[in-house]
Amino acid sequence: MNHDPFHWGRPSADTYGEYNYNIAHASNADRSTSTNSEFPRMHTQQPMITGTSVIAIKYNDGIVMAADHMGSFGSLMKLDDLQRIIPVGKSAAVGISGDISDFQYLERLLDDLEIEDSYDMESDNLKADYLSEYLTRVMYNRRSKMNPLWNAIIVAGFDGKGELVLKHVDLLGVSYSSPTLATGFGNHLAIPLLRKKVDSEEDVKKLSKEDAIQTVKDCMKVLFYRDARSWNKYSLCVIEKSTQSIEIEKDVAVEGMRWDFAQHITGYGIPQL
Amino acid sequence: MQKAVPTTEYANEIRNEPIEHRFNPYSDNGGTILGIAGEDFAVLAGDTRQTTGYSINSRYEPKVFSVGDNLLLSANGFAGDATQLVKVFENRLKWYHFNHNKKLETASAARLIQHMLYGKRFFPYYVHTIIAGLDKDGKGEIYSFDPVGSYEREQCRAGGAAASLIMPFLDNQVNFKNQMDPASHGTKKREVRYLTLDEVIQLVRDAFTAATERHIEVGDGLEILIVTKEGVRTEYFPLKKD
Repeated sequence: MNHDPFHWGRPSADTYGEYNYNIAHASNADRSTSTNSEFPRMHTQQPMITGTSVIAIKYNDGIVMAADHMGSFGSLMKLDDLQRIIPVGKSAAVGISGDISDFQYLERLLDDLEIEDSYDMESDNLKADYLSEYLTRVMYNRRSKMNPLWNAIIVAGFDGKGELVLKHVDLLGVSYSSPTLATGFGNHLAIPLLRKKVDSEEDVKKLSKEDAIQTVKDCMKVLFYRDARSWNKYSLCVIEKSTQSIEIEKDVAVEGMRWDFAQHITGYGIPQL
Repeated sequence: MQKAVPTTEYANEIRNEPIEHRFNPYSDNGGTILGIAGEDFAVLAGDTRQTTGYSINSRYEPKVFSVGDNLLLSANGFAGDATQLVKVFENRLKWYHFNHNKKLETASAARLIQHMLYGKRFFPYYVHTIIAGLDKDGKGEIYSFDPVGSYEREQCRAGGAAASLIMPFLDNQVNFKNQMDPASHGTKKREVRYLTLDEVIQLVRDAFTAATERHIEVGDGLEILIVTKEGVRTEYFPLKKD
């Protein structure tokens, strides 16, 4: 046994030969002592703990956005009280899905921005359009280093003129804007339901706040029914243009579910007969 | 000495290097762009749909930009690279104004874009780029680029997802390829002439409605930017949303 404090517990190399790091595929072994250097430098190649869909819809006086409170580790529900919609400054809310460690890193970046912005004691300058631009650049730069932040982000809020901003940014640095947005599974399950209500800016004028909230709640129900990595508790963010307010309600529960025998169910998300 | 390796199907599948699953920094966001030069104008048009795979991200995400100096710029392909290219170009244009205090000619803009694209030769911007403007004689001009900066001045060019559908139509309708003078009974080629702005806009609209029918990544809306000596103006026409 080698009694050098740095090598405690290691068999002596003189007696047993060099430690073979290939044992148990110990690829992330301390590289300074490792003779095995052929392994490539590792970046995030897959997300670990993840958050599922974020959905958002525009209505005649604002935006409604929702994301559930779960962080899953594969099929394990690792976190059940995780708020994934965060307010940034006074004019924006950001909903983030994907890797949770990257989400927390982004949270810190946005926090730094907020602190930087508040030094001059002026009114809030951190507008939603600046934020979405900033996040797009961060995401694009990380993808260009082949070390992406594994997230899809929805930014909602107001620009400098108080107009609505709704933008989607993903891990490749691709950004786009649309009156209905969703990430992850929501893109397949919620978008068709949301676009049924709002497919263009003209439709936005016809949708009331109450209807928008109801639509989003229905979508969260469908997502809870069908997305195995979703949860029945979510945060609901309501943005109102006329009052320039952004409210995030936590612990909203999915309501009116039916878990009857399938024979009696006529479809999910639609009123039951 | 050669190793005796059995030449079965399965033997071909055996690999000694580890299988690596790498992050793919690119995606294809569909869409199509089209530029046509006229005698005293140039147009650059693009559909407004943005896709990834079978999903429609947005029905209105403009990708043709008027960047100043009577210059139109559009990059089509991977949207992340496309926006980056446009942003870097706008910045380079701003610095050109600071340094030289004069308008950037379209030919110079084309050379600049070549260097911007070739500068990333080994990690390319995955885009087909087209710029439109007016030359020193006031004639319309179009420059088109491949992803690594090879470029050419042309009368017309389609780029992006439905380029292969639109380009042959343009060859026939703009450059009168395979057209004969009807009076000559198939002995003389039809003389090329400049098209009028109205003809060009009608041609662009036809090209995009046809491409929308046949290509799933094209549709929703058509935005045509027109550059003349008076400046840039925009026209929008809806396309099928299916």
